[in-house]
Amino acid sequence: MSIDQTLTAARAPSLAPTVPGIVPSAPSAARPSRAVLPARIAAAGLVVALATVPLWADPSTQRLAGEFTVFAALATLWNLLASYGGLLSVGQQAFVGIGGFALYGLSVLGGVPLLAALPLVALIGLAFAVPVAFLSLRLSGPYFAIGTWAIAEVLRLAVMLFPALGGGSGSSLPLDVLRTLGEDRASRSLAIYETGFVIAAACVAMTALLLRSRWGLGLRALRDSEVAAESVGVRVRPLKLLLFSLVGMMTSLVGAVVVMQKLRVAPDPQFSVVDWTAFVIFMVVLGGYGTIEGPLLGAALFLVLREVLADYGAAYPIVLGLIAIGVTLKMKDGLWGALGGPRRWPILPILRRPPA
Amino acid sequence: MIWINALVQGLLLGGIYALAAAGLALVFGVMRIINMAHGEVIVLSAFLTQMVTGALGINPMLAAVLILPLMAALGYGLQRGLINRAVRSDPLPALIMTFGLSIIAQNVLVTLFSADSRRLDVGPLATASLRLMPGISVGVLPLAMFAVAVAALVMLHTLFYRTGAGRAFRATAIDADIARTMGLDTDHVYGLVTAIAFALAALAGIFLGIYSSFDPFIGPSRLIFAFEVIVIGGMGSIYGALAGGMILGVSQALGAQINPQLQQLAGHLVFLAVILLRPQGLFARNRS
Repeated sequence: MSIDQTLTAARAPSLAPTVPGIVPSAPSAARPSRAVLPARIAAAGLVVALATVPLWADPSTQRLAGEFTVFAALATLWNLLASYGGLLSVGQQAFVGIGGFALYGLSVLGGVPLLAALPLVALIGLAFAVPVAFLSLRLSGPYFAIGTWAIAEVLRLAVMLFPALGGGSGSSLPLDVLRTLGEDRASRSLAIYETGFVIAAACVAMTALLLRSRWGLGLRALRDSEVAAESVGVRVRPLKLLLFSLVGMMTSLVGAVVVMQKLRVAPDPQFSVVDWTAFVIFMVVLGGYGTIEGPLLGAALFLVLREVLADYGAAYPIVLGLIAIGVTLKMKDGLWGALGGPRRWPILPILRRPPA
Repeated sequence: MIWINALVQGLLLGGIYALAAAGLALVFGVMRIINMAHGEVIVLSAFLTQMVTGALGINPMLAAVLILPLMAALGYGLQRGLINRAVRSDPLPALIMTFGLSIIAQNVLVTLFSADSRRLDVGPLATASLRLMPGISVGVLPLAMFAVAVAALVMLHTLFYRTGAGRAFRATAIDADIARTMGLDTDHVYGLVTAIAFALAALAGIFLGIYSSFDPFIGPSRLIFAFEVIVIGGMGSIYGALAGGMILGVSQALGAQINPQLQQLAGHLVFLAVILLRPQGLFARNRS
């Protein structure tokens, strides 16, 4: 049996995770259906197509694909944080902001080449994420949620106090900084796109590996019941701190990608709760909460919706809000769950077999 | 002298912050959900007040008589028609639903009223002031608004702890399932709680609209202030919210006195200090 052969809920019903669609309720679903191989081939094809976008796509498609990598990464990270760690953060824009301004500071003020600055951005993101984790985890439940948002606001206002970072109105990446990516425009845009792609792929891979590890088991136990998890030896608090810090670090890298793609950084858009958290939460629930594939599907749907409604001004946030409410009421497992994805096509399964 | 003036201003503004926080705290206390659209309720009330004052030519303070029942009805309807379906032990559905409502409200407001920032006009009352002693004067209007805010909080406290409806609210807050088995219609209770919360937020919205300018996207910052007031004051205490509001108002006023850019940041830093040192709040009723 391979690792993706899922365990039936019948074996230990009381311990079954509460996110529907992951543990199949019917015994017949204990083995993935035959459709999983074609689904995996199709998914691999999509990944290859996405990786090679600069080779075949026109600039506007490439820009959209670049945005997809950003939102796919953010949705994956938020899903990891919320559906596995039970940490409903609405303050992830803090890290998009920190990552963006760290990249600006390192490259424009510090003279570090853009790509070489990325590992340092991750370190700076981590350096902020650890204290933010300690502070915000002093609050619980819904208070934790708004607490993270308030901390993001503090960071946005703090950034505005430094005129060197562009102050309130923001600033652009100068050409000599961009030249560290390549001499001509095409090679620069290739480098920017592939940076986004690699970081998004790293987020998805990290999430899948993490959830299949011992820590993943601990996380799932923690999400289902903190008390029960603690009683079977899961160290709840360290695990939450670790998860929040890790996700914060990765989110700051995504923030750096946002600045590279926009070639500009300003406090308000870079710390936007709507763009980097509210919409991202909608993508996760729209695609499918608690799965690997769902948030990716949600990110794609979001962009399609936005492009379709692009000519109608404020319509797309309104429609998106309505859809989020509708999904919450009627389709709790999101689109991926409604399609039966977790049972039929577990492309990246995250369940483990119990020890025999 | 300017410091004492700032202190007084901050204390008075704090009463209004407490009003904004009370609605949020009430909904959280009874339903265990955070209304992410609370800021939009505040802003929407200010826009509605401006429409009413423009159409009828009346003072915003008078328009409150119309706006408060209207917002209470909206709150009741929204709770019974929509949000009740998301009140569960899992906080995510309510979070998404109210977040969705918040974004919808922002974009509907910007479509209807444009993104221009505006302010409620109260006429000559705006500049009237009382001189307490040489160098220190207090605006009549801020003083009146503070008095109304405190009166509203006292009424809320009385309602909560001295009436049958308040007993129903408290019973539902402690255990909704048991309350239901005792014959309480908890859906109706939730509706009433949200109605009261919306009315309190509407009053806060009108007062804040007189104090400072507003635009369709200012809601989130109002929500964050309200939330910080609750955390500073201690969750589940109405008078704690008043104290929390005053602490936030004073820190903002003193911060602004040092440097206008520090106004908001100073308030946030006090909030961070409280969660660091005393996460249950300064005036928490109990430690749970």
